[in-house]
Amino acid sequence: MDMILNISGALCLLVGSFLCISGGVGLLRFPDFYTRMHAVGVTDTLGAGMILIGLMFYSPDFLTFSKLVIILLLTLLIGPTTSHVLAKAAMHNNLMPKLQQEDNIKETSSSNY
Amino acid sequence: MIIGHFNDWIVVVLMMIGLYIVIAHGNLIKKIVGLAIFQTSVFILYISMAKVEGGSAPILAEGITQFSNPLPHVLILTAIVVGVATTALGLALVVRINEAYGSIEEEDIQHLDNQTQDETQIQATEGDQS
Amino acid sequence: MKDLFAVVMLLGIYSLLSASFFVAMDAVDVAFTEAAVGAGISTLLMLVVITMTGRSEKTTRHKPLLALLVVVFTGSMLIYGTFDMPYFGIADAPIHSHVAPRYINESMKEIGIPNIVTSVLASYRAFDTFGEVVVIFTAGIGVMALLSVSRRREDDEIETALNDSMHEQYLVIRIVTKILIPFILLYALYVQFHGDFGPGGGFQAGVIFAAAIILYTMLFGLNTARKVINQSFIQFIAAAGVLLYGSVGIVSLLNGANFFDYNVLASDPVAGQHLGILLIEWGVGCTVASVMILIFFSFAGRRDMHKHSVSNASNASNSNVKGESS
Repeated sequence: MDMILNISGALCLLVGSFLCISGGVGLLRFPDFYTRMHAVGVTDTLGAGMILIGLMFYSPDFLTFSKLVIILLLTLLIGPTTSHVLAKAAMHNNLMPKLQQEDNIKETSSSNY
Repeated sequence: MIIGHFNDWIVVVLMMIGLYIVIAHGNLIKKIVGLAIFQTSVFILYISMAKVEGGSAPILAEGITQFSNPLPHVLILTAIVVGVATTALGLALVVRINEAYGSIEEEDIQHLDNQTQDETQIQATEGDQS
Repeated sequence: MKDLFAVVMLLGIYSLLSASFFVAMDAVDVAFTEAAVGAGISTLLMLVVITMTGRSEKTTRHKPLLALLVVVFTGSMLIYGTFDMPYFGIADAPIHSHVAPRYINESMKEIGIPNIVTSVLASYRAFDTFGEVVVIFTAGIGVMALLSVSRRREDDEIETALNDSMHEQYLVIRIVTKILIPFILLYALYVQFHGDFGPGGGFQAGVIFAAAIILYTMLFGLNTARKVINQSFIQFIAAAGVLLYGSVGIVSLLNGANFFDYNVLASDPVAGQHLGILLIEWGVGCTVASVMILIFFSFAGRRDMHKHSVSNASNASNSNVKGESS
């Protein structure tokens, strides 16, 4: 039983760290602000969530487990909201997404108010 | 010896970076940023002095015998909060300076100050003559 | 680097990195405070100031050679001075041998709480902490004296109208914030009372409480926030926190012991210490929270004044143009 808990905890931690690293790679390699932010937003939330789940497998008593559950819920709530706020702020400052066809930009740009 | 004094040298480097920013830049906000870097380097100095090899955080718990020194922690806790208070006050002064002079560059402020000083001197001499 | 926004963001990242460094150095209380204060309040205030003063720095023409020489000279003197310092982490350095062993060994017997940093801060060195609380209070008074602005009725009405029209736009983040704010306030209370047993205490709790209120103010407007939290009540709380701290010391004096000696506050010395630490941490938390809220209200009020004076000036110039053309 301990063995199963240890292995699944280690597996979750590994998946979580891989997700965070891939989010970092995406931050460096994607061409545009919006794609970069999408990469980081998705992978950071999921990566932090997997790391927390992995830590839950290792928790020695119920108090630590419940604290980790609450932290997980808050992370799942705050991460996507942060991406939303960043995108909204960029849109408010007239930072347009880079699209494939140049003549589509005028049609897809939304008004601010 | 190099490994032993490594933390002190990092602190000196950070302190000198902060000092250079305060002296060499004219923008008031950058001066405040330099001051913040200077403050943080002093905190790092004290906290790295407090660390004891093999010790743990100074919270009494079962089975731990060696603790890091809690006294610098207390002093730095005070220093951090006082630092944010002075930063807030400095930023308030920057806002008022901006309203009074129209810019936050040191050269512009000195230029405007010299201008108004010359004008008041000219007005005073004209008042004496008439 | 000419963009001040990037400079302030980098300063926030630097504060967060130094907080993680403090954790590696076993200074968990200090890391908590530095993360909350440096990466939170300080960065936020600088961003508010940048919106008022402009985002980029002017290019300078002179070369700072003299400054570089001064810095290199001072740096080399300091490095020469560090050769006498004890090595990093050894256990018999002079600072570990005089007062610290007494605090570590006697803290459980005399005061009875596990967190040694809190016991030193609140009981052995309570006088220093009193000075710190008074310094924070003075900074709050100073910022209010420099930046406070009285609001006119028509500014309030404009502000509320603007708020209602933008409610649709900010819907997602307003709802999420309304869900989160009770948890942040509850966490602040948890940190306040848990300071005896783990990292925490009055300062961190005050800053977290103020962060929740500042979040509400940023999203719903200064006007709504002032209706929810009355400014004169917050000013009263700031003063009451300092007063509570001082009166604990005075009560110790009246009971016949030294200033801030908590042994005489209750029948049993250890219980007296617990009561004294509880009361002064409460005073510290109240003052820190209310001063941070007041500082942010002052900065935000000033910024609103700038916005309204700019819009009033443009309205006046528009009406002048219309009056002349008709």
